[in-house]
Amino acid sequence: MITTDILIIGAGPTGLFAVFEAGLLQLKCHLIDALGQAGGQCSELYPKKPIYDIPGFPEVLAGDLVDNLMQQIAPFQPGFTLGERAETLERTEDDFFIVTTNKGTKHKAKVVAIAGGLGSFEPKKPEIEGIEHYEDKGVAYLIKEPEQYRGKRVVIAGGGDSALDWSIFLANIASEVHLIHRRNEFRGALDSVEKVIELKKAGKIKVYTPSEVTEIKGKDALEAIMLDNVQTGLSTEIGCDAFIPLFGLSPKLGPLSDWGLEIEKNAIKVDNTYDYQTNIEGVYAIGDVNTYPGKLKLILCGFHEATLMCQSAYQRIHPDKKYVMKYTTVGGVTGFDGSKKEAPKAVVKTLD
Amino acid sequence: MSDVTLHITDRQGQLHTVEAPTDMNINLMEIIRSYEIEPEGTVGICGGMAMCASCQCYIESDHELSAPSDEEEAMLSEAFHLKENSRLGCQLHITEALDGLRVTIAPES
Repeated sequence: MITTDILIIGAGPTGLFAVFEAGLLQLKCHLIDALGQAGGQCSELYPKKPIYDIPGFPEVLAGDLVDNLMQQIAPFQPGFTLGERAETLERTEDDFFIVTTNKGTKHKAKVVAIAGGLGSFEPKKPEIEGIEHYEDKGVAYLIKEPEQYRGKRVVIAGGGDSALDWSIFLANIASEVHLIHRRNEFRGALDSVEKVIELKKAGKIKVYTPSEVTEIKGKDALEAIMLDNVQTGLSTEIGCDAFIPLFGLSPKLGPLSDWGLEIEKNAIKVDNTYDYQTNIEGVYAIGDVNTYPGKLKLILCGFHEATLMCQSAYQRIHPDKKYVMKYTTVGGVTGFDGSKKEAPKAVVKTLD
Repeated sequence: MSDVTLHITDRQGQLHTVEAPTDMNINLMEIIRSYEIEPEGTVGICGGMAMCASCQCYIESDHELSAPSDEEEAMLSEAFHLKENSRLGCQLHITEALDGLRVTIAPES
């Protein structure tokens, strides 16, 4: 059981900044995120795109913003459960919450802050008849352990970075790698495209474009896929042990919608801009995941919401204490790792 | 500058005829969201960067549209339910040339 003061669901910019504000109040945080890395949409969707409305940054790349936030919160030693989706929420008799992930990891905290953005990112599944039947029987939408493909015949479909990168990676592990894409052009980074061309020439990857997988064959488990060339209409059968469609991710509110929270327009209603508490006392919703009159889905608004949430969380965790707000310039930043940052003392000297 | 009229068929097959301003630097995806033609969070997920395909639309009138950028083409090439007349709503800026445009929003993937 992982225990902490504030359990944050979602490690996007809002969730990350909440760690800093909580740290100033000497509260510890742990974050859960369905993605394998921190940063949420900023890391997953648009790490190389600039953002222009972060106060104090005329321009910052989304990926750099995440790096900066990670650096800013490092002294407060947040814990992370990455690559797992928060599945259930229970309240204990002593008024704590227990959140369990899809992999069974349990987390206990007095306060839960949902900073889930648009929800957890789930892989998009192509509409091929009967594909569900082969899930975990040769068909996978994510590659978790590349080693399991050693010596296997693998078919990858998709035209983005993940399709290219995994084809390259598996070229040295699998016995055969077939890459199928609907168009002749790929959307990945230039060096990945070049690497694939090299491996294609070396006979390590077979590339089929412009083609689409139309059928999956196999009795109990996957045995082969059929693909159609979009231009010529010619069909080809490829015998394979694994078929991995990589068509990106799409966010789904998912299990959160079964937690008894008030949901409106695919977001969690907080109905107040005082502390962003939900209809469940002790559970807060901050950032893009919440909604209230006048809501704007902006990172800078998420930062503000995280800050006010922490104040309310402090009162809930320490009902008998009174918090006096201190500027970081005055109070400095004392990390749980023993580090201390503070403003240098001004030099006072008499003029004679 | 004046408003243009757009005919947008939603994912349930319901037709919405809406007015869209041409002087607000607005795109088709944003029009769909501002009229709440589809549930919030199901269209324009990436915010209009051509990085998801949640605003894919089928263009059903013969309006002359700006050619898709490389980014849009690439995104569409990975989208599901793709048709010849598919475009990303976020890449179609509302101009007077779009008056009377007919589109259908592609199914959610």
